[in-house]
Amino acid sequence: MTDHPLTQLTLVRFREFLREPEAMFWTFIFPILIAAGLGIAFRNRPAEVLTVGVVGAELAAVLEADPSLVVEPFADVEAGERALREGKVALLAARGPDRAIVYRYDDTNPEGRSARMLADEAVQLAAGRTDPVGSSDELMREPGSRYIDFLIPGLLGMTMMGGSIWSMGFSIVDARRRKLLKRLVATPMPRQYFLLSYLLSRLGMLVVEVGTILLFGTLVFGVPLRGSLVLLAALCVVGALAFGAIGLLISTRARTIEAVSGLMNFVMLPMWVLSGVFFSSQRFPDAVQPAIKALPLTALIDGLRANMLQGAGLVQLAPQFGILSVWLLVCFAVALKLFRWR
Amino acid sequence: MPEPVLHVRNLRKTYKDVVAVDGLDLDVSPGECFGLLGPNGAGKTTTIEICEGLTEPDSGDVEVLGRRWDTAGGELRQRLGIQLQETQLAEKLTVEETIRLFRSFFRRGPDPLHVIGLVQLHEKRRSRVGTLSGGQKQRLALACALVGDPELLFLDEPTTGLDPQARRQLWDLIDEFKRAGRTILLTTHYMDEAERLCERVGIMDHGKVIALGSPRELVASMGAEHVVEFSTGEAERPFDASMLGGLHGVREVRAGNGSVRLQVAELHSAVPALLAELNRQRVPLAELRTHSATLEDVFVALTGRHLRDD
Repeated sequence: MTDHPLTQLTLVRFREFLREPEAMFWTFIFPILIAAGLGIAFRNRPAEVLTVGVVGAELAAVLEADPSLVVEPFADVEAGERALREGKVALLAARGPDRAIVYRYDDTNPEGRSARMLADEAVQLAAGRTDPVGSSDELMREPGSRYIDFLIPGLLGMTMMGGSIWSMGFSIVDARRRKLLKRLVATPMPRQYFLLSYLLSRLGMLVVEVGTILLFGTLVFGVPLRGSLVLLAALCVVGALAFGAIGLLISTRARTIEAVSGLMNFVMLPMWVLSGVFFSSQRFPDAVQPAIKALPLTALIDGLRANMLQGAGLVQLAPQFGILSVWLLVCFAVALKLFRWR
Repeated sequence: MPEPVLHVRNLRKTYKDVVAVDGLDLDVSPGECFGLLGPNGAGKTTTIEICEGLTEPDSGDVEVLGRRWDTAGGELRQRLGIQLQETQLAEKLTVEETIRLFRSFFRRGPDPLHVIGLVQLHEKRRSRVGTLSGGQKQRLALACALVGDPELLFLDEPTTGLDPQARRQLWDLIDEFKRAGRTILLTTHYMDEAERLCERVGIMDHGKVIALGSPRELVASMGAEHVVEFSTGEAERPFDASMLGGLHGVREVRAGNGSVRLQVAELHSAVPALLAELNRQRVPLAELRTHSATLEDVFVALTGRHLRDD
């Protein structure tokens, strides 16, 4: 079996990858560094305490009773407004000439608006207001709805895309430049085996790439894995193959590393922005949503999020599997047809 | 005469505005080592790559081992050994891994370790290709051409860029394959390589074979066994080379680049006559060299140019 050309070609792929230390770094360490950095930046902090400026001792006493407000007393309105302009307080509360309370704040600043609501609520309740509808709070801070939970599937998708496209593009174009491709087609090597070996080797590396990020996400940040792991694995396999085929297609004609680098960035950049790696793709206008949904990275990341965070099953994931399979089949067929061996 | 292993008739190939191969005929018999000798750009590589099935000719007939590329390409690939010019094999693989890879493409052939031994890379078999010397890389490329136990071996400039010692080592290897009865077609722009290795040589220029035969026949066809080259020093009158053609035993005279080149049948009569003539014209002799005629001289006699510009 080890003498089968496909086995040998695939072994070559692994050997070349493992003997290239830089490739290892970019594939495995880089996404973990990003996840760690962003995880720290967006870690859950305790609910913010807002600072409000107050003129008048009696009003200050009322507001100080609210634990979510810190009161900064001012002697007069001018001093308070100066602090407000400098952003030292989110809101300035003072009694007007008719004893009514005047709130001074910037309504485009969410902190100002929150402070206005909290302060007014405290004042009204202290004055004896009773709410016609009773209410109580229940706090939700569980895993699955945090930014890091959103981020890890996005990073997984991005890593799979980058790993596939970079490793294919550079090594195929390098082999073409060295006339190694021409040498290979001068042998009886079945040509489709050569291209298949690239896809197969992607699957092997996928286990490590996906494994490291998933382990890191679940162990360090407690990112949930609510869906079936088999389905998650299937999604990763189809995704990596689809990006492998796209990588093959990108490198079918290019003769220089510079040319293929440009092409790779041209293909990947829109997906980094549009496909919801770091923020939801829903932010883009409705008119372009169908196009964004058809992108392979969107399909992969949406699928991963649905599986990991919502535990979606095969039926819910069918559209994503469909989109990825179409990319895989079309790109591989076209690449095989157009591939330039010399 | 046995059926030729390679049979080429009226081959033509044009790239954009350059005619690379211009109506070329070629026959290679079983067991012989045939050399295409010519300067860079003569069309050697295009010719050999058409024979290897890597380049489509514009027109002409090519039969390899009695088969044609368009109908029996897959079978031919199994039966041929090919070494391309300037292939850089994957640098991160070891010698043995490279050979195993190439061996896996062929249905039959020797054991990879046996081939590595053949090209004397046994001690290097665990070394990465990137660490090999130029000669070792070239021997590895040769090994890659041998893994399928080929009936016909194509070698495109096998020693270009190698130092003299590495070239001789490679020649010894090729000699061994010849003794084992393999048929070889090689291209080269080194006349000493063609003389040393080839039973028959086709001299190529501008896409055509301009002379064909064994190295000895080709040299003899000039009708002169020796070449005399000389240059003259400062003299009162310019040297008149036209007189030289009439000297005893001189077949041809070429003057240019400040030196004169004579093809002569017999040195012992031509050189004294030349010296006497120089004396008569009162022209001092700056340099005088003689050598037995080579394929290089055949090429110069046919084209007026040297095989290599350097």
